[in-house]
This record gives sequence, structure tokens and C-alpha cells, in this order.
Amino acid sequence: MQDVNWIALSIFVLLFGFISWLGFAAARWRRGDLDQLHEWGLGGRRFGTLITWFLLGGDLYTAYTFIAVPALAFGAGAVAFFAVPYTIVVYPFLFLFFSRLWYVCHKRGYITAGDFVRGRFGNRWLALAISITGIVATMPYIALQLVGIQVVIGALGISGTGVAADLPLIVAFVILAAFTYSSGLRAPASIAIVKDVLIYLTAFVAIIVIPIELGGFGKIFSAVPAQKLLLAVPGAHTTGAYSAYATLALGSALALLLYPHSMTAILSASSGRAIRRNAAILPGYSLMLGLLALFGFFALAAGVDKLPEYAAGFKEFHNNFAVPALFLHSFPSWFVGIAFAAIGIGALVPAAIMSIAAANLYTRNIHREFINQNPTDKEEAQMAKWVSLIVKVGALVFILFVPTQYAIQLQLLGGIWIIQTLPAVMLGVYTRWFNSWALLVGWAAGTFAGTAMAVAAHLTPAYPLSLGGYTFPGYSAFYTVILNLLLAIVLTPVFNAMRAERAPLDETLAADYLA
Amino acid sequence: MNDAHRRPGEWSWWYLLFGIEFVAVLWPPFYNRVEPTWIGIPFFYWYQMLWVVISAVITAFVYLVTRE
Repeated sequence: MQDVNWIALSIFVLLFGFISWLGFAAARWRRGDLDQLHEWGLGGRRFGTLITWFLLGGDLYTAYTFIAVPALAFGAGAVAFFAVPYTIVVYPFLFLFFSRLWYVCHKRGYITAGDFVRGRFGNRWLALAISITGIVATMPYIALQLVGIQVVIGALGISGTGVAADLPLIVAFVILAAFTYSSGLRAPASIAIVKDVLIYLTAFVAIIVIPIELGGFGKIFSAVPAQKLLLAVPGAHTTGAYSAYATLALGSALALLLYPHSMTAILSASSGRAIRRNAAILPGYSLMLGLLALFGFFALAAGVDKLPEYAAGFKEFHNNFAVPALFLHSFPSWFVGIAFAAIGIGALVPAAIMSIAAANLYTRNIHREFINQNPTDKEEAQMAKWVSLIVKVGALVFILFVPTQYAIQLQLLGGIWIIQTLPAVMLGVYTRWFNSWALLVGWAAGTFAGTAMAVAAHLTPAYPLSLGGYTFPGYSAFYTVILNLLLAIVLTPVFNAMRAERAPLDETLAADYLA
Repeated sequence: MNDAHRRPGEWSWWYLLFGIEFVAVLWPPFYNRVEPTWIGIPFFYWYQMLWVVISAVITAFVYLVTRE
């Protein structure tokens, strides 16, 4: 590995120190009683349009995304750009479904998807399935955020053996755990503002400076091998890369907002109107993600993987090292410090929100439902704080002792699992038509079939579905949520006829879903 | 449109406008080509980036015409 880059490291540490202070100070921001779960875990639902923009932006566009998407462009080419249609089509869903969800959750005091499903369908087992899916899908996602920190720490030239090698990561995580415990959702909300300013600054400087250094976009794209420049045109009897690309974008968009950390950030907004406005202004981040995907091509054109000083980094982090190497190659040290701090801090924001979201789910939908049904507000908030710590320690242990590849594969499975909550949660905000046991069967079948498809496809996202002599390669999550939905539709009249459910148990009213 | 009495959260026919962006970006044969390039960027890339902006404008429009 290259020598320690002292200037970059100093700026990195300085900015990291600043946001650590900010995370603790955030406890006093828009002050509320942190002994109540909705204050600790949802920031008291007090964030207006602008803060929600920073919070959701920092939450959905994670540090890992900023490393992995350009890495995919660098390694595989055009297919990485699915991130752009993905983050286009996600916003109509936010606008149409999740603003309604905000209203009903606000009126009924729900803080998780599990709360909503419990109230809407009156079935604690369906709510349990939704909640466990959320927690399980979130865990590897937290672990992946640590990979983002690991890569930039490595790129700063810090290396060692044994415990010393992992020490910076452990320090970053202890800080994260401490301020999340003490400040709750207010910590990532305040840090997100700093992080996003840094990340926008980095992206815009890079999109101007690096193409000038490399001699213009024409030259950059002519350095990209032809087979990476576009999607492969499908051959006979298959929809090839086209259907894979489109279903990956659509399926990812359907899954994204169902993740607990998305739900937490959405529900912390102060109004449904703030959510709708954000559907129009969050694409600002999509634009930046598109630019970052192009950085993968910049790295190809600059040939950073052939430079001896980055050989060790590529050996350790593979293509994930492409963007850090590009920054080291193109920027003065002080700006590298800023850019890396943006990525490192960018990992803390979603990691904090994810751990809070998982803690909310456990506390509300597992502990309160099945273990202690009458906790005081204080007991409930305290339980959530402890669970958020346990979740983070779990993620840290995972990343320190298990190969990174497993975290990536589990995160892929997590997307397939979380999308199975779509019929109950997303369609549930418009209709109570479904029978809750039919939804549960659909969920189980989708989860099982999705896992089987992913395993059959060697833990890659695209499964080659064969129908009548044609092959339709596509995202397993997308195919299996259709199966899930069909089962729920077919079984609903069957279960209703069997009277598996007595009267429709729905504590929500039609008016709860409106402003 | 007779939207005077509707409340946010209710259905509006304006929502169908969202369909445009789904068709525009989820059908790769529309844009899987290099030409025409723009400042050296292949069509595949700038077309999809342009749709980020267009879709944000559509969403803002739908928000404005359906708000309370």
C-alpha cells in the first residue's frame, strides 16, 4: 500500500471530528423528550422539506452506492447506469404511496411498517413477518456501509496488521454508536447536511476538473472498450441485457422505499406535503449518482488500475478502489481529504438510520407485541437505544470477521426479501381488499422462490427465466414479487370463503390517509 | 379539472403523467446507442441523465396541480 497521505488524512480526521461533535450536539436540536420512542427514533416528526431532503438523500444514496456504482461501471460498463432509471422511477412511488403512508402513520402514531400492517390488517403474524424481513434485510446493508469506510481508510494509506489494521474502523464505529445512542435520528439528520454539502462539492469539482485533465469526454469514452460502452444487443429468443437492465431498475425502485431506513426517514418528515415535494427535488441526488457512475469510466480512461502506486489498493478492494484511486490520481491532497471525508461520513448517516430503523422494528413489533405488551414510554425508548447498539456491533463483527463478498451477497438477497413486503405495505395504503393470510402466504412464497432463484443464478441479481422457448433474464426480486402478488390475489377470495378471518379488522379509517 | 374539493392523498388523473417516464427509461431499445453524442458523451448516457431532469419537472408539475 502507498505511504500515508498526511495532508489528506489530517483533513479527513478534522472533518470527522467535527461531525462527531455535531452528532452529540444534535440531541439539543429541535429539542424533544428523548425518552419517547418517536422523539428518539423519528426526530419527533419535525423535519421540514429541506431537512428531509438532506436526510432522505443521505439515507437512500449511501456511501456504498457511491463506491459500488462507479466500480460496476469500471468493471462491467453500461449496465451500471441502471442506477439512473432506478432513481428516476422510484420517485413516483414515493409521491403516490408513501405520502399517503405518512398521513396514516402520523394520525395513528405508527413508527414502523410493522405498526402500519398490524393496524391495517389486524394480523400480528403478518406484521411479524414484515418486521423480521425488515431487520434481516437491513443488517447486511449496515455492514456494507462499513466497506465504504474501509476503502477510504485504506486509500488514505493507513494499513497495518491484526487489530491495528481494523482500529480506525472500530473508532469510527464507536463514535457512530455513541452519538446514535444519545441523539437518535437527530444525529444523522444534522450530519447529513454536512455530508451532502461535501459530496456535492466533490462531485461537481470532479465532473469539471477530471474531464479537462483527461482531454474531454470524447477522449474518455473512446478509451472505454466497445463492449462496455453500451448494453449488449440481445440475440435470438432472448430479451438479454435489455430485460435485465429494465427489471433491475424497476425492481430496485420498488424495493428501495420498503427498507426500514427509508420508512424511518419518510416518517420523520413534518408533513405528507414535505414527502411530495421531496419526490420532485430528490432527483438532484440521482443526477449526482449518474455523474458518479461516469467516474468509473474516468478511472478506466486514466488507467489507474495500471499504475503501480495503486496496485495494492486494487488487490485489496478490487474495483471498489477505482474511484478512490481516481481521486488520488487527479486531486491535490487537501481535496482528496475532503472527498474521502464525504464518503466516510456518507457511510455514517445511513448506518445510523438503519440501526435506528431496525431498533424501532424490534422494539415495537417484536418486543412490545410478543414479550412485554405494556412498556412505559421510557422503557420502550431505552430498549430501542440498546437494540441500535447491538445491531451495530453485529454489523462490525460481521465485516471484521466475514469476507466482504458475503455481505454483498446477503445485501442482494436482502433486496429480494424486502420487496416481498410490497403487497401488504405499498398496496395496503390504497386497499384493504387483501386477506391478511393470503398476503402472508404470498410473502412466504416470494421469499422462498426469490432465494432459490438467486442461488440458482449463483448469487447474481439476474435470473434467466424461460417461458415457451424464450429466455427473459431479469431481476429475481421483480419476478418473485409478481408471484407473491398473484398468490395473494388468487388466495384472498379462497381464504375469505373459508372464513380464515372473521370481520375485516382495520383500525384505520379512509380519512386517515388524506391530509 | 374539477379538483377544487379533492384532498391530497386522493386519486387524481394527473398521476397518469408519471407513466411517461416509466416508458422513456425502462425500454432500453429507445436509447441503447452511441449517436448522437453530446460534448463527446454517448446518447445512452446523456439521454438517461436528461430524463432525471424531465422526470423531476413532471413530478413538480403534478405536485403543483394536485396540491391542496
